[in-house]
Amino acid sequence: MEESLFAPGHRACAGCGMPTAIKLVLDAAGPNTIVVSPTGCLEVTSTPFPESSWRVPWIHSLFENPAAVASGVEVALKRFGKTDINLLVIGGDGSTFDIGFGSISGMFDRGHRITYVCYDNEAYMNTGVQRSGSTPFCAKTTTTPTGKLSLGNPRPKKDLPAIAVAHGVPYVATASIAYPVDLRRKVRRSLSADGPAYIQVNAPCITGWSFEAGDTIEQARLVVETCLWPLYEYVDGALAGVTKVRRKRPVEDYLKTQGRYKHLFRAEGGAEVLAQIQAMADANAEKFGLLD
Amino acid sequence: MKKVVEGSYAIADAVRCCSPDVISVYPITPQTHIVEHLSEFVANGELDCEYINVESEFSSLSSLIGASAAGARTYTSTTSQGLALMFEVLFNVSGMRLPIVMTTVNRALSAPLSIWNDQQDAMAARDAGWIQIYAENVQEAMDLTPQLYKISEDPKILTPSMACMDGFILTHVYEPVEFLDIEKVREFLPPFRPEDVLDPEDPKTFGAFADPSWFTEFKYLQYQAMERAKKKIAEASKEFEEVFGRGYGGLIDTYAMEDAEVALVAMGSVIGTIKEAIDGLRSEGVKVGLVKIRSYRPFPEEELKKALKDANVIVTIEKDLSMGYESALLTDLKGAFYNSPARMPIIGFAAGLGGRDIGVKQIRGIVERASKVKDAGIEAEFEIFDVKPECL
Repeated sequence: MEESLFAPGHRACAGCGMPTAIKLVLDAAGPNTIVVSPTGCLEVTSTPFPESSWRVPWIHSLFENPAAVASGVEVALKRFGKTDINLLVIGGDGSTFDIGFGSISGMFDRGHRITYVCYDNEAYMNTGVQRSGSTPFCAKTTTTPTGKLSLGNPRPKKDLPAIAVAHGVPYVATASIAYPVDLRRKVRRSLSADGPAYIQVNAPCITGWSFEAGDTIEQARLVVETCLWPLYEYVDGALAGVTKVRRKRPVEDYLKTQGRYKHLFRAEGGAEVLAQIQAMADANAEKFGLLD
Repeated sequence: MKKVVEGSYAIADAVRCCSPDVISVYPITPQTHIVEHLSEFVANGELDCEYINVESEFSSLSSLIGASAAGARTYTSTTSQGLALMFEVLFNVSGMRLPIVMTTVNRALSAPLSIWNDQQDAMAARDAGWIQIYAENVQEAMDLTPQLYKISEDPKILTPSMACMDGFILTHVYEPVEFLDIEKVREFLPPFRPEDVLDPEDPKTFGAFADPSWFTEFKYLQYQAMERAKKKIAEASKEFEEVFGRGYGGLIDTYAMEDAEVALVAMGSVIGTIKEAIDGLRSEGVKVGLVKIRSYRPFPEEELKKALKDANVIVTIEKDLSMGYESALLTDLKGAFYNSPARMPIIGFAAGLGGRDIGVKQIRGIVERASKVKDAGIEAEFEIFDVKPECL
């Protein structure tokens, strides 16, 4: 096997889904690539000076500006006639869904040829599992704790792919580290888009989600099989493909394996929430035609 | 031949002559005319560059980080709230040693909202690691532009810089200016050829994080570069004079300082008014002079001590406040003299806040009060000038 463009020796937790996502993305993009990243788990685990895991040029500036930094890289490359270089942003959901969202909207709006990859672990994991706009309904985080008056995060996950589609982004997709062939294909396809692209990759966080060691890929697979994480792609605003779910599993099969949902199986009102989450999965199955 | 143009047009034309690769812009009064003129140059084919309209000042400067790291010569301009929005990015640019050049149009910071001139915006960014040079007039602001690229892009400096110019007073005034010749600017300013760029042929990591065993050394090197910039600023000014015939002194300039008993210290467009007041006072026999600070960061400590050593009293006039402790230039100047044998009184005035006019009459009033300090002693070391009791 060829040497990965994301070198070993990084400081990510054992069982972290993110490095798998990065390796797959870089494997698809190849060495003729520049990567921009925001502050976050990826940045702190891959670049403790004077070491770096990046075998492609990589730049980090701030938490909320990778889309703007990448916009500047893109126009500079255009200026120098180097438009053959792939340009990626790879950032977590806190940067993508929340603090950096304004600059992502600007990047989409201006039509830069950049693939924005969000490795989505559904909370601010680098600071210790705080709620982000990506945190799912009733997941427990350190800023949406459970308690007498709380069943965790009171809001559903923000639908960022739909927001990207609404910007007229020519290529938008969801992906998963449990479906590596699909993920690599989507990255390659995004890089040939005539404009920006957005790919949201499910990347389980072992510490934040609290699941059994060794189950990372299984977690990523389960969420797809419950229809809570539909795998789809939009090309020029139209749904262009979905990964069918052969045997749809009840959401409990996924939720019961994670500490962040444990309260739903014990607390008063938990059963009602589980029914609501099941309804979200059913709605996804219907909306995207996930079942045959 | 001189032409009468709006200040903003003159700046835009100076930027054009520096042949930037990437310009990233966001509108905010009174900076907007600069970037509008630049967009016209691009639209008319008079300036070949990438020009991007971004969604905030935060992103205008952030996008230039990417462009500069990819090897581009970059430009933006902003003011006031825009500079405040960039605050986090400012430190990042200097820490990453990217030689971005920005025109900072000086304007008050809200609240209360004010679009008018003072220098609170840039002074609040004093410690951001940017070279800050303040222009007295449109011609100086214009001529500063190529000088700043030359200073910032020097491989031994690699520090971003801002050309500070007073909002409206300089950006919107029509003044006769001598235009730069693009061929001569090319002769003065070599192309930007950074050693470290984002290049898949030679992959490098930019913006790694530093733990406590490295961080101090990064800051030490930045500090050293800023020290080296002192010499470079003076050199660039001299070289500019050789090519274009217009000189501005080095880090500071002086006016009527030979036998001055009262020495005024200021920066920006108020310098012109002070010079006029001094001409009048000198004709009446008042021994008053002026030290104009061009470079506020790096701070010209040695030059100031030398230029001011024989004064009986030093008076700062500045357009900024540090809530809780006087104004920044006054504090810096007192600090410069503390370990020197010279022991003259130093007093300061915060004036011209939020666009309040400072005329010759006000300057004369300040000089009159300063003249009494030598015999009567310091009445007030610091004062907010021209406060109207009836408005309080």
